[in-house]
Amino acid sequence: MSEHVLEPGPDRRGFINWFLGTSAVAFVLSVVYPVLSYLVPPRVGESTSGTVTLPLKPDDVKPNTGQIFKFGSRPGILIRTASGELRAFSAVCTHLNCTVQYRPDLSEIWCACHNGHYDLNGKNVAGPPPRPLDTFVVNVRGAQIVVSKSA
Amino acid sequence: MEPAEPRHGRLWMWLDQRVGLKDLEKLARKKEIPVHRHGIWYYLGGMTLFLFIVQVSTGILLLLYYRPSAEEAFESVQFLMAEVQFGWLVRSVHSWAANLMILTLFVHLFSVLLLKAYRPPREITWFSGMALLGLALGFGFTGYLLPWNELAYFATKVGTEITSAVPGIGQFAGRLLRGGDEVTGATLTRFYGIHVAILPATAVALLGLHLYLVQRHGMSVPPGVEREGGASRVMPFVPNFLLRDIVGWLSALAVLAALAAYFPAELGKKADPFLPAPAGIKPEWYFMFMFQTLKYLPSHILGIEGEVAGILAFGLGGLFLLLIPILDRRTARGQPSRLFTWIGIAIILYMVLFTILGYTASATK
Repeated sequence: MSEHVLEPGPDRRGFINWFLGTSAVAFVLSVVYPVLSYLVPPRVGESTSGTVTLPLKPDDVKPNTGQIFKFGSRPGILIRTASGELRAFSAVCTHLNCTVQYRPDLSEIWCACHNGHYDLNGKNVAGPPPRPLDTFVVNVRGAQIVVSKSA
Repeated sequence: MEPAEPRHGRLWMWLDQRVGLKDLEKLARKKEIPVHRHGIWYYLGGMTLFLFIVQVSTGILLLLYYRPSAEEAFESVQFLMAEVQFGWLVRSVHSWAANLMILTLFVHLFSVLLLKAYRPPREITWFSGMALLGLALGFGFTGYLLPWNELAYFATKVGTEITSAVPGIGQFAGRLLRGGDEVTGATLTRFYGIHVAILPATAVALLGLHLYLVQRHGMSVPPGVEREGGASRVMPFVPNFLLRDIVGWLSALAVLAALAAYFPAELGKKADPFLPAPAGIKPEWYFMFMFQTLKYLPSHILGIEGEVAGILAFGLGGLFLLLIPILDRRTARGQPSRLFTWIGIAIILYMVLFTILGYTASATK
C-alpha cells in the first residue's frame, strides 16, 4: 500500500532548490574567479631587441675564457676559444635553467647545478641537458662586440 | 575504577562554570598510551609538533627585521646576523629547527609506515600527515629563498623550473609560483607571502585535523604486538606520557641551542642573476635524494626528456606513498603484509643511499 502525500507543488520545491543551488555556484564563481585571476602575474613586455652591444672590449676576453653578459633579461655567455675565436650562446642551461659557465680545464661549457656539459658549439655532450644552448651571432666592430640572435 | 576526583580551588570552580574546565579535564584523563616494545616511536609526532612551535615562534621574531624585496632582503638578514642582539641565535635556531623538524617528520612517517599504523580506521590520519609533509617541504623550499643569496637563487630557479617541466599545467604553475617568467624580486615577495601566511594557516588547520583524529582513534598498537595479545599495560597521557614528552622537548631545545651556537646559519653571497651557478651548488638535504637522481638521469628516456621522466616518477612515487593505506589490503584485513614492509625499507634505503651519494660523489666529474 502506498501513501499519497499531498505535497503542494513538488515542482516548486525543485525549482527553489535548483535556483538556490545555481545561485550558490554563481556566488562561489564570482568570488573565486577574481581571486584566481589576481594570482596570475601580468605579462611584462619582454625586451624585444635581438641585438646587444656588450660592455666589454674584445681584448678583455682572453683565449680559453668565458664571460657572462646581459642579453635582455637573461644571461648570455661569451667565449674566446683557445684558437682565439669569439662565440656567444645563451647562458641558460637547457636542463633546468641554471646559468652555465666556461670550464678552461675541459674547454667546455659546464652547468654546476646538475653537471651538464656542452662543447664549444653549444652542443650538449654529457649530463642531463636535453638540447643544445641557443647560439648567438658575434660581430666585432672595432672595439665593440655586438651580439645578436641568429635569424 | 575511576581515579578520585581532584580537589579544586575557587578560581578553578569559577572558570569551570564559565568555560567548562571539567570537560577538558575529563578529555585529558581519558587519553592513554599503550606500553610495549615499540613505544619509543610514539614520541616522534609530538617532537615534530614541538619543533613546529619553535618554528612559529622564531619565525615571528624574524619577521620584525626581515624585508621581503630583492633590494633589501639580503641586507636585512645581514643586519640581523651582525647587528641585532641575538639575531644570529634566532635565525640559526629557525634554520636548525626547520631541518630537525623535517628529520623527525620523516622518522615519524617511516615509523608509522613500518608499524602499519595507517590501517583502518586511520587512513585519513595518514592522508593529513602526508599533506603536512608536503607543507613542510613547501615551507623549506620557500624559506630557503628568503635570504636572497646565491645558493637560494639557483635552488629556486631549478625548483620552479622542475614545476614548469610537468607536462600540461607545468608552464602555468611555474609562472604562478614565480610571479613571472623568471626568478626575480616578484618571486621573493610571493614566496614570502606563501611562507609566512598561506602555509602556516593551512598547516594549523591540517594539524588540527591530524591531532583531532589521533585523539579520536587513540594510539595505534602495531599489528605484531596485537597478534601477541596486545599491549600489556597502558600509561595515562596526563601526566605520565606528557612529562616524558617534555623531557624530549627540553633535550631537543638543548640540541638546537648547541647547534645554533656551534654551527650558526650561513648567509653566503648575495644573489646575482648574471653570475654563473657556483660549483658545488646543492639543495637542502631533504631534497638531495631527488637532486642526485636527476643528475644520474640521461637526457632522454624512452623519448621523453630525462628530467620530465624523473619528475613524473617522483610524482607517482609520492602518490603511491599517499595511497598506501588503500593499496595495502592485507594489513587492512589484519593479516601480516611483508610486501609493504619491504617496500617501506626499500624507500628508506633509496633515500639514504642517494642522500649520501649527493654529499660524497664528485660534483664536477
